[in-house]
Amino acid sequence: MFKSIAVRKSQGTQYIPDLRAATPGGFRGKPVISDAACADGCQACVQVCPSRAVRLEPTQPDPVHIDLGRCVLCGDCEPVCPSRKLSFNNDVKLCATSREALTVSSAHPNLDPIKVSKALHKRFGRSLKLRSVSAGGCSGCEMEINALSNVNFDLGRYGIDIVASPRHADALVLSGPITRNMAQALQICWDAIPEPKLVIAVGACAISGGVFADSDALDRQFLDNFKPALYVPGCPAHPLTFISGIMDLLGIAP
Amino acid sequence: MTTAQALALFPLRDIAATSLQELMQLCGQRLQAGERLLTLFGRPAPELGVNIIVVTAVLQPAQGALVILRATAQRGEHYRCLTAQHPAAQIFERELWEQTGLFPDDHPWLKPVRFEGERQQRMLEYPFFKVRGQEVHEVGVGPIHASVIEPGHFRFMCLGENVHHLEIQLGYQHRGVEGLLLRRPVWQLTPLVESICGDSAVAYAWGYGAALELMSNQPVAPAIQASRAIALEMERIAMHLATLGGMATDIAFLQGGATYGRLRTAIINASQRVCGNRFGRGWIRPGQAKPLSEALQQDLTRTLRAFAPDFTQINQLMLAARSVQARLHGTGTVSQQAALDLGLTGPVARASGVALDHRTQWPGAAYGHAPLPMVTEPDGDCWARMRLRMREVDASLAWLLQLLGDTTLNLSQAGQAQSSTPAALQAEALCVSLVEGTRGPVLQVLETSAKGELRHYKVQDPSTANWFGLAFAMRDNAISDFPICNKSFDLSYCGNDL
Ligand code: SF4
Ligand code: SF4
Repeated sequence: MFKSIAVRKSQGTQYIPDLRAATPGGFRGKPVISDAACADGCQACVQVCPSRAVRLEPTQPDPVHIDLGRCVLCGDCEPVCPSRKLSFNNDVKLCATSREALTVSSAHPNLDPIKVSKALHKRFGRSLKLRSVSAGGCSGCEMEINALSNVNFDLGRYGIDIVASPRHADALVLSGPITRNMAQALQICWDAIPEPKLVIAVGACAISGGVFADSDALDRQFLDNFKPALYVPGCPAHPLTFISGIMDLLGIAP
Repeated sequence: MTTAQALALFPLRDIAATSLQELMQLCGQRLQAGERLLTLFGRPAPELGVNIIVVTAVLQPAQGALVILRATAQRGEHYRCLTAQHPAAQIFERELWEQTGLFPDDHPWLKPVRFEGERQQRMLEYPFFKVRGQEVHEVGVGPIHASVIEPGHFRFMCLGENVHHLEIQLGYQHRGVEGLLLRRPVWQLTPLVESICGDSAVAYAWGYGAALELMSNQPVAPAIQASRAIALEMERIAMHLATLGGMATDIAFLQGGATYGRLRTAIINASQRVCGNRFGRGWIRPGQAKPLSEALQQDLTRTLRAFAPDFTQINQLMLAARSVQARLHGTGTVSQQAALDLGLTGPVARASGVALDHRTQWPGAAYGHAPLPMVTEPDGDCWARMRLRMREVDASLAWLLQLLGDTTLNLSQAGQAQSSTPAALQAEALCVSLVEGTRGPVLQVLETSAKGELRHYKVQDPSTANWFGLAFAMRDNAISDFPICNKSFDLSYCGNDL
C-alpha cells in the first residue's frame, strides 16, 4: 500500500497539457530546403535517398522537392549535398489530407494547415474509435500508435481511443506497406467496420510503401479503393504528428 | 574454417564446399558434440550453374571460434533431416526448404516459415495439425489481435481447459527484405536495415555497418564502437521496459503499465536527442556513429540517474505484489534442457538458465573496455523472464553510467569516422556478423561475388528460433495464460517474416 503510494508520487503528473504546442527535443522532423543553387548536374540527394522521396525538377530556383509521403526522415540527404541545401527541424506538423499535399520545396516550405472537416467534426469530434492494423509494419509505427494512449500523450482525454474489435471502430489506422500475405486480412477487417468509417495512413510505409515500395511482396490495391482521410508521415510517425493531424482534422479545441 | 570473433570474415577459397549429405552429417556431429547451430541457409547459385544451390551453416562451439560449413546441392535434392535428432534445427531446415526447395526427409514439422516466394497469399493453406478426441476443441486467434500489435495466427488445440498444443503461423509481415537488400547500393542500406525489425533498429544497423567495415578493411575507432554500444543498451532498456509494461498491463497490474510506459518515454526521448529518432534510427551508419558531446553525455547521465530510483521502486512494487506472484510463478515454464534442445537464444534462453550472451562471450572493443555481467534466471517461467528483464536493465544502466563517465573514451569524437566512403568490398568473401540485441543475437551474413558485389544477404532475427519456445511454453497451460506468456517472450513478427 505505502509502496504503491510512493510509486504514485514518483509518477507525478506526466501528461503533456498542450499537445499542439509540444515540440520533441532533437526530433529529425520536417526537411528544410534552402534556396541555395544546386551544383551543376548534381543528383547526390536523389541517389542517396532510400525511398525515392527526392524529386529534381527543372524549375529553377526551386528544383528540389521532397515527398513526405515517401520520406523516412533518415537525414541521409543532408550530408551529401555539396550546396548544404538540406536540413531538418523538429516540426512534427507533417500531416495532410491529400497525397499531393505532402510535398515540400524551398518555394513551398510548409505543408498547408489541415482544414477542419465539418462533417468529421460533427460525427467524431467528441469520440473517435480506432482499430489499428499492421500490414507489414516493422513495429516502429505500431509502438508509436500504442504510445498515443500512454500517460504522456493520453489521447483518450479527447475521446480518441484504440479499440479491440473493428465492430466498435470508426477508423482503421493502417501501418505498414501492405504485404500480399496480409492484404486479405486487412480487407476483412475493413469490411467489419461499420459505416461511416475512414482510413488513417500512418508512416511512410502505409502512405507510399516507404523503404519497401519496390518489393514484389506487396499488394497495395486496398488503397486504390479507399483513400485515406489523413496521411501521417514519418518512419515511424511521431505520436505528436498523428495527434496534431487528427486534432486539426476533427477540429478538437486544445 | 574458424575464427574467435562475433564478427568474422571468411574468404570463400578457404571454405571447402562439400556435398549436401556431408554437410548435414558434419552438422549433426557438431550438434551432437554440443555446438549450437546459429544458422543454416541456402541460395540459388547461378554462377555455378542452373539449379545449383549453395548451402551455408554457421555453428558456435562452446568455446572459441565460429565454424562455417558449405555445400553445393542440386535444386530439389533430398537429405536426412537433422531435426529428428536435433530439434534446434527445425526452423532452419524449414526455411531452407521454403527458400530453396532442398528437402529434409522425415522432418516432423515441415511447414512454411513465412509463406514467401510462390507461397505468398496462401496463408489459408497452412497445414495445421489435427487433434481429435472427445473434449478436444480448437481455438484460432489472429492474424489481427485485440491490441496494437503485429499480425500472426495462433491456433490452440485444447483438451478441456488445457492447451495440448499450440501452432504459430507467421508470415503476414513478409515484405521481401532479403531481396530488397540486394537492389540498392550496398553502402546505402542503413534505412532499410533499420526497418527489418524497427524496435531493434540499432542492433541491425550496427551488425550491418560492422560487416561492411570489416569487408572493406576500414576498422572504426573505439569511440565509435562505444557510441554504438551506448545506443544498443539504450535500445535494450527501452524494449525491456516495453515488455515489462506489457506484462503488467496483461495481468491488469495497471500501476506497472503506466509507470514502465512513462519511464520508457524518458529513455527513448533521450535517444532522440542524440540521433533525431526515438528508436535510434540515424545513430549508426557504416563507418560512423553519432558523437556524444559533453552536453549530450551529461544529458544521458542525468536521464539515467533520474530513471534508476523510479525503476527500482516500481520493480519492487511489482515483485512484492501477491497478485503478480500468483499469476507469473510456474506459468509458461521452459526447462533448461528444453531451451537447449530447442536452440532458444537471448533473454528467453537466459531466463531458463542457459548462460549465453554474446556481449560477454565476444565482447569486442566496447564491452571489453567495460565488461557486462552475464544475467541468468533458473526457473524458465513468466516470472523468470520478467525478473531477467529487470536485472538486465539494471546491468545496462550501471554499464551506461560507467561508460558515460569515462573520459578516456573521447565519446565526443565518435562521429569523425576514419573513413565512411564507399570502398570496395573484399571479393569472394563471407562475413558473419552477430550483435546481441534485446531479443538475442541478430545475425547477418553477407556474401560477395568475384567482382566484390553483394551476392547474398542473409538475415536471421533471434525470434525465428524462439517462436517455437513460446509454443512449447504453452503446453499444459490454459489459453488465458497465452497473453502473458506471449508478452514475456516478446518476440518479433516482422523480424521473423522479413
Ligand atoms: S531524409 Fe527523406 S528525402 Fe532525405 S534521404 Fe532520407 S528519405 Fe530521402
Ligand atoms: S514507416 Fe518506418 S517505422 Fe513505420 S512501419 Fe514502415 S518502416 Fe516501420
